[in-house]
Formats: sequence, structure tokens, C-alpha cells
Amino acid sequence: MTLKTLVGWLVAAVLAFAGAAQAQQQVLTVITSFPKDLTEVYKRAFEARNPGVRVEVMNRGTSSAVAYVREAPAANKPDIFWASAPDAFEVLSKDGLLQKFDGRNPAVPAKIGAYPINDPEGLYYGQALAGYGLMWNTRYMRANKLPDPREWADLMKPVYHGHVAISSPSRSGTTHLTVETILQGEGWTKGWAQMLQISGNCAAITERSFGVPEGVNNGQYGIGLVIDFFGLSAKASGFPVEFHYPSVTAIVPANIGLIANARNPELGKRFIAFTLSQEGQELLLDPKISRLPVLPAVYAKAPKDFPNPYGGKIKAKVNFDSELSETRYYLVSAIFDQTITFRHKELVAASKAIHNAAARLAAKPNAQGQKLLAEARELAFSPVVGEDKAKDKEFLALFRDTKRTAEKTKQVTGLEGYWNGQALKNYTRAAELANQAAAMAR
Amino acid sequence: MRGYTPGQLAAAALIAAFLLAFLAVPVATVVYVAFAEPGGGFTLSHFATFFELALMRESFWNSLYVAAASVVFASLIAVPLAYFTVRFRFHGALIIQTLGVLPLIMPPFVGAVAMQLIFGRSGSVNLLLGEWFGIGLPIMEGLNGVIFVEALHYFPFILMNLVVAMGNIDASMEESAQNLGASGWRLFRRIVFPLAMPGYVAGASLVFVKVFDDLGTPLVLNVTNMLAPQAYLRITSVGIEDPIGYVIGVLLIGFSLFALWAAALALRGRDYATLQRGGSSLAMRALKPWQAAAAYAWIALVLLLVLSPHLGILLLSLGTVWSFSVVPDGFTLQHYATVFQDSPRMIGNTLAYCGLAALIDVVLATAIAYLILRTRLPLRGSLDLVASAALAIPGVVLAIGYLRTFRGVEIPFSGELVTSSWLLIVIAYSIRRLPYALRSCMAALTQLHVSLEEAAENLGATKRRTLQRIVVPLMMGGILAGFVTSFMTAAVELSATIMLTTSQSLAPMSYGIYLYMQSAAGRGPGAALGVLAVAIVALGTHLSHRFMRSRAVDLDRQL
Repeated sequence: MTLKTLVGWLVAAVLAFAGAAQAQQQVLTVITSFPKDLTEVYKRAFEARNPGVRVEVMNRGTSSAVAYVREAPAANKPDIFWASAPDAFEVLSKDGLLQKFDGRNPAVPAKIGAYPINDPEGLYYGQALAGYGLMWNTRYMRANKLPDPREWADLMKPVYHGHVAISSPSRSGTTHLTVETILQGEGWTKGWAQMLQISGNCAAITERSFGVPEGVNNGQYGIGLVIDFFGLSAKASGFPVEFHYPSVTAIVPANIGLIANARNPELGKRFIAFTLSQEGQELLLDPKISRLPVLPAVYAKAPKDFPNPYGGKIKAKVNFDSELSETRYYLVSAIFDQTITFRHKELVAASKAIHNAAARLAAKPNAQGQKLLAEARELAFSPVVGEDKAKDKEFLALFRDTKRTAEKTKQVTGLEGYWNGQALKNYTRAAELANQAAAMAR
Repeated sequence: MRGYTPGQLAAAALIAAFLLAFLAVPVATVVYVAFAEPGGGFTLSHFATFFELALMRESFWNSLYVAAASVVFASLIAVPLAYFTVRFRFHGALIIQTLGVLPLIMPPFVGAVAMQLIFGRSGSVNLLLGEWFGIGLPIMEGLNGVIFVEALHYFPFILMNLVVAMGNIDASMEESAQNLGASGWRLFRRIVFPLAMPGYVAGASLVFVKVFDDLGTPLVLNVTNMLAPQAYLRITSVGIEDPIGYVIGVLLIGFSLFALWAAALALRGRDYATLQRGGSSLAMRALKPWQAAAAYAWIALVLLLVLSPHLGILLLSLGTVWSFSVVPDGFTLQHYATVFQDSPRMIGNTLAYCGLAALIDVVLATAIAYLILRTRLPLRGSLDLVASAALAIPGVVLAIGYLRTFRGVEIPFSGELVTSSWLLIVIAYSIRRLPYALRSCMAALTQLHVSLEEAAENLGATKRRTLQRIVVPLMMGGILAGFVTSFMTAAVELSATIMLTTSQSLAPMSYGIYLYMQSAAGRGPGAALGVLAVAIVALGTHLSHRFMRSRAVDLDRQL
């Protein structure tokens, strides 16, 4: 091959390539946090029903997608925003980045539990429902002789030490929802105590939300705290996993909305209408997708074991308060990161020492030892920020401002540093106390 | 040779403009933002903020630790292998040479997922170890995993450089040492290794830089508390305004430059030149049986390790479900069907982007080589310098620079954003791979004696005609080698790709692999796409070797 033929080839290839891109006229751009498995199915179905339309999918993490929409110049915004985390839509609508329109499918109920499925103002629409729960690898559980967990609280038990995985709320919107659900369901102090004990049993705090189901799928971790479709789709794809909704769960909608100043608003509305229609909702039942439809009628076509949130089978005890979640969004992430993610090694060591001491004291009771153990628990499993402080408006405002001055940044980083140091001190001390307590059982 | 023609000047100006717009300005922008106050003016406060954030400090140390540890592990693998090839006469040498290429055809982020399944907590190895001995090795836990995968991928850099360096050691040095009574370990430690130091340092610094800048591997392994992933996350999720991302960019460039400078420094002030060329290098010895056995055992072990990502990704692409088991439950071709059905465009994109980028590279590289070696254009050396400087610029940093520099800029007539078009991906590829193409074109032109051109000109050919008929055809081997190298390294580039790819239809394969790996059902197709990418790169490697060889033969015949 000479250079000339090579050049000829390349030019031809590039031209053909550019031509193919130009051939179809209308382009609908969807920005989403959903995996390719889901978007590919919708893209194909919508393109098949609308000849001459090309659906362009932009895959981004939720926060990265929000940043993209915010930063793209007005003439170049994507048309559709489609993601799980309700808070992302709150942020978008607050910033005026969503376009109001009436696209409701009347067959979709107004509420799931106490949570409105569609945005009351018509800025975005619930497209699927999602609950949070526990996913486990049956082979792993059998090999390690672990009982199946039923509730979040089960994961605090010593038997699960080193077998659990969770992501961090600062990295994953869905994990933020899980943590917030537990905090709302159990209350601030008890919720954090539970969170800290579960995390103390975790083998890893993964860096991405998908890291948890992936780890459970391939058997690296036994149990993961995940959003339901991760578990359901893995099971439907043949992985040896099970999924269960604990009673402290919330069912919230995953939303879809039209972006303000969309290039193709009419096409966008048509796409949203399609995703909410009977046909569009049925696509959610694809084994690779396995998400809960918002349209109750679709459940008639679902596989036998498919959970139905409308039937009252999933006992969602928590009525998720997204406003509360939003007011303390950054605070919760920051506390989790500083005291759990970044101090995980020390937290795990403290938990292990506490489990060990408890086991010994159970065999040979010792009052003094019990007292030390209780002290160790108190130290290790109390949140660094008290309930009153977490309700303080001024304190929350410090974390809420997205546009921070240098001084505020300093204040926040200072606080974070303090929590981090505090956590280190508490966990180390708790481990010492627990070891002393264990020694007394002898 | 006369001075220069206007045409040459114009060519130089065009190249300079290209390098300025797509290399110098974007990188300068990153540096500028890292040091600029919001209102303008110089500040170090962004750096102060960076070091106040615990996560950033941790990421910083983690990156240093991972890069250094990768160098250590890569050396542990490479140094014995290099010594075996140079020192001993045995059949293993050929296997070792193959070993030097195998890892490089597989980008580390592709193999990483498969490595989880083989060496992870419940991977094949640990399951077997647990069953047999009741133990588990935390090979893939957190940073360990990154170090393991990177060391296995990059050790050939040390191996190849070291083999060349050891091959150039004068045998008389060794003989003198032996005459003075040194032997064995002492001989290696005091004479052979120090003399081979330039090769080792060159390889080691390259490994350090590559690992320090790598974004794909940590991301795929779920490790984000390192610098490159943090830069990516900050810029994509906090926003393009976030100064911390730029601070990380400056640190990445700084360490790349530092490692390259340290390598240069290590070699300066020492005379490593040996008088004798060709002829006898280090004496080759036959191995004693037990030595041969030990050497083969080591080679077999390394080969097994090196092949494990390849094997793993192949199994993953053919397996049905692979979970908590030594090998997948069953086998299927379904994943390949999925890839061809869903993503043929990604394969097409890769071929188009990388082909175009490689074409830009060889055109630029040939022109730069010609301008430097055949003209007396003022400042021509700086073209080489700037183009080669791209080596020290990590993909993440270049991408951040592009996103910032071309923010809001629209392509004329289409109204499309430059930052969301495929053009920027192509340009990023071509800038990043230009140094490779440049080296091979320079080498090709250096070997071409100027008298051939003078003869053509004496016979009445114009400069342009000489270039067309004599220079370029005779450089073709080097040009093609440069093309192929640029092409295949671009085909598996992820760090710039992941930041510059906006939509699925514009995504090349490397991004597609990453994207697929984000869902349970996508693991198989992702692996299948990975196998295809590896196949393309392997084919490219094979072709480049063939071009090089056949052209060498051609040249011999012509001269």
C-alpha cells in the first residue's frame, strides 16, 4: 500500500462517515445517567417509530450531566434530561433549566405513597419508579455461610463484617438517596448510628454507584446496598444474585424532563410522551433494564416475580421528603465522606474490635467490660454533627451555597478537616476501649 | 543547501499555528487558570485550597505511591528477564521478546475488569487459594489493583530499554571486572547494571509518567482517590470553572516534566559511551540445567501473569455468567453479536478518528523532519521541541485545556460546538501521538543521504518534485511505521477520549468499552469490544513490523 492509496482510503472513509451523519435530518439529544442497555432500547424503539429522527445519547453521571446542561451555551443544550436522582431535577428546575409543558399521561397515578410522581409544576415527569434495597450474591453467601439479610439493621450484625459494600453519597446520587432514606426513616442520630455500623462492616466504600452491583455480581462482595434495578437487572441477566426491599425504603420516581431552550422541543415532547406511553413503559420490563414502570397497567405483562410497588407488596415505610434532602444535601455527603469514606480503615478496625469484645463479653459477662464497650459504641457510632446542629438554618446555608467565597470555602474545608480528625480520634479510642473491654472478659 | 524557500516558510508557519492552537495555548490556559485569581492577577490560593482538601492530599500521595510502586514491580519483572536475554544462550530469549510486545497491545483499562475476575477478592486465583490453602491475596484491593495492572502493562518499557542498553555494554568492561575477581551478583550489581543505567532510567521514568497520568485504569477499577481521576471528576461534575481541576492538571504536567528531567539528569555528567561497536558485547553463557530450569520457571510465571488480562478478557467476552467461580459458567458468542448489532459505529469511529489523526501526524511529522534536517529555517528546532513536548502532556490535561480554550466556540456554518464535535477528538489524538510519528520520520530522513536529493536537483528536479519523487518515497517505511504507531496507540487511548466524547454516536471503541462496563449486562459486550480493539492493535503492530522490515530490504536494494 502506498501513502496515496492510504490517503484515498481514509478520505473516502471519512467522507462516507460524515455523510452518514448528515443523512438523517432531525436529531434529538438525550442526556442521561442511565446505562447503554437502557438507552439503546429506547433509542431503537423511538427511531423505528419516527423515521428520519436520530436519537443522540450522552451518557454522563448525574452530577456531571447537571454540570453539562448548566454550562452548555443556550443554543447547544441537549433536549432531554433523564436520570434517577430527584434532587438533580430540583437543582435543574431551580436554575430554570427545564421547560414547563403538559405531557402527563393521565393513566399514571398522581402519587406513589405520599410522593408525587410528576412535578406539580409540570417541569418534569416520573418515568419509572425506584426503590432501594439489598442485593446479594447467592454463591458468595453460601460459600461464606451467611444468612440472607432482610433489613438494613441486619447489616450491622457481626456475621456480615467484611462482606458488605456501599458507594459514597458524594459520588453517586442513588447512594445519596439510600443514605437519606435511612436518615429520614430512622431519624438523624439513629440513622447515622446505623449507617456507621453498616459501613464498619463494609469491605469497601466503592467510588462509583455501579461499583457495588458490579462487585456483588462478580462475587467480590456478598451484599450491596443498591437501587432496585441494579439487582433486578443483574438477576434477569442470569447472575446468581437476589434482591430484597427492606421495610425502611422509599419508592421515588426516576424522572424525565424537557430542557429549556431545547433545539428540538416538539421532538423532545414526543419522546417524553413515548417513554410514558404503554409501549414505552413496557420497554422497562426488558430483562436488561428491569425498572419499575409508573404505569400500573404495565405490571400485568411483567414476569412472575417482578415487584409491583402499586400492589402494596413493597412496604415503603419512608415517605421521602426531597425538600429536606435538598437542604442538607452537601452536609450529608460531607459527613459521610469525612467520617466514613476517608476514615474507613479506622472505622472497620473499631467495628471489628467492638464485635470481638461483644462476643467475648457475651461468653463471659463482665459489668465493667460492658460499660467500656458501651462507651466504645457511643464513640464510634455517633455522628460528628448533632441533630440540632443539622437543623440549624445558618449552618446548613454554609454548605448550600454553590458559589462560595474564598472565606466560606475555608470555613467549610476547616469544618471538614475537623470532622475528619474527630472521626480518627473517636475510632482509634473506640478500638482501644473495645480491646480493653475484651480483655476484661478473660 | 540553500537557506529556505517561501513554501517551506509557509509550511513551517502552518505547523507552528497548529501546534500553537492545539497544544501550546490549551496547555497554557490550564496553567494560567490554576494560577489566576477570578478577577485576574496571580495567586497561589488555588494550590493552597488543593492542599487543604484531605481528599486532594490523599489523591496526591496515592498517585505518587502508585507510580513509584508500579516502577518497582515493573522492574522486578523486567530486570531479570533483560539479564537472561543478554547474558545467557538459551531458547527463552525469543519468548522474552514476545513478552515485550504482548502487554502493550492491550490497554490496561481493558484488562482491568478481567483482572478483577481472576485476581480479585473472589477471583479465580483467590477462590483456588482459598479452597486449597484457606488464604486470600489482596492483589486487586484498591491501589494494589492499579499497581498490579499497571506494572504488568508497562514493564516492557523497562525490559526493552534495558535489553538495548545491556547489549551495548563493552565486553572488556566485564572481562576487566572478572580479571579483578568479581563475579555473579557482585559483577551484576557493580558493573553490568550501572553500565546499563541509562536504559533502565529511560524505561523507568517512562513507566512512572505513564502510570502517573493514567485515567482509565483507576476509573475502571473503581479507584478515584488519585490525581487523574480527581481531575476528571472535578471538571465533569463540579464544572469547567472549578480551579482544583486545573491545579491537578499543573501537578500532572509538573511531575511528567520532573520525571523526564530526572531521567535526563541521571544520564548527564556520566560518560556511558563505549568505544567498541558491534562485535562482542557481554559474553553469552550457556545455562546450567538448574539455572535453565529456574529461568524458564520465572519466564513461565511472568508469561502467565502477562497473559492473564488477555485470557481474562477473552473468557469474559465469551462467557455467559462469571460470578464467584473460577471460570465462567458457560460460553456463548452472543456478546459479539450484541456489539456488532449495537455499536458497529464505534468501530467505524475508531478507524476514522485514528486514521485521520495518524494521517495528520505523518504529514506533520514528515514536514517537520524535512524542515529540520534539510532547511536552514530559523527556529526550526523549536518545532521539534514543541511537538515532542506533547509527550509530557497527559491526555486529561490536554482535554481540560481544549474544553476550556474552545468553550462556547462554534464551528462555522453548522452552529455546532467545537467541544462537542468529533474534530476535537481527532486533533487531541494527533497532538498526543505526534511525538511517536515524529521520531520515526526523523529517523527515516536521517538515514536518507542528502546526495540522493542533490542528484535529483542536479538533474533539474524542483524542490517540490524532489520531495515528491525522492524524499517521501524513500521515507515511506518510516512514515508508515509512524502512521501505524500513531494509529494503534490512539485506538486504545481513553484519558482524552472520555473527556472529549459527548455522545454515543460519536464515541470511539475505547469509550464504548468503558461505557459498556457500567452495567451488569454490558460486561460481556464490553469485553467483546475490548477483544476487537486488541485485535486491531495487534494487527497494527504486526503490520508495522512488516513495513519496517520490507522497507529496509527495499532500501538496501535501491542503494
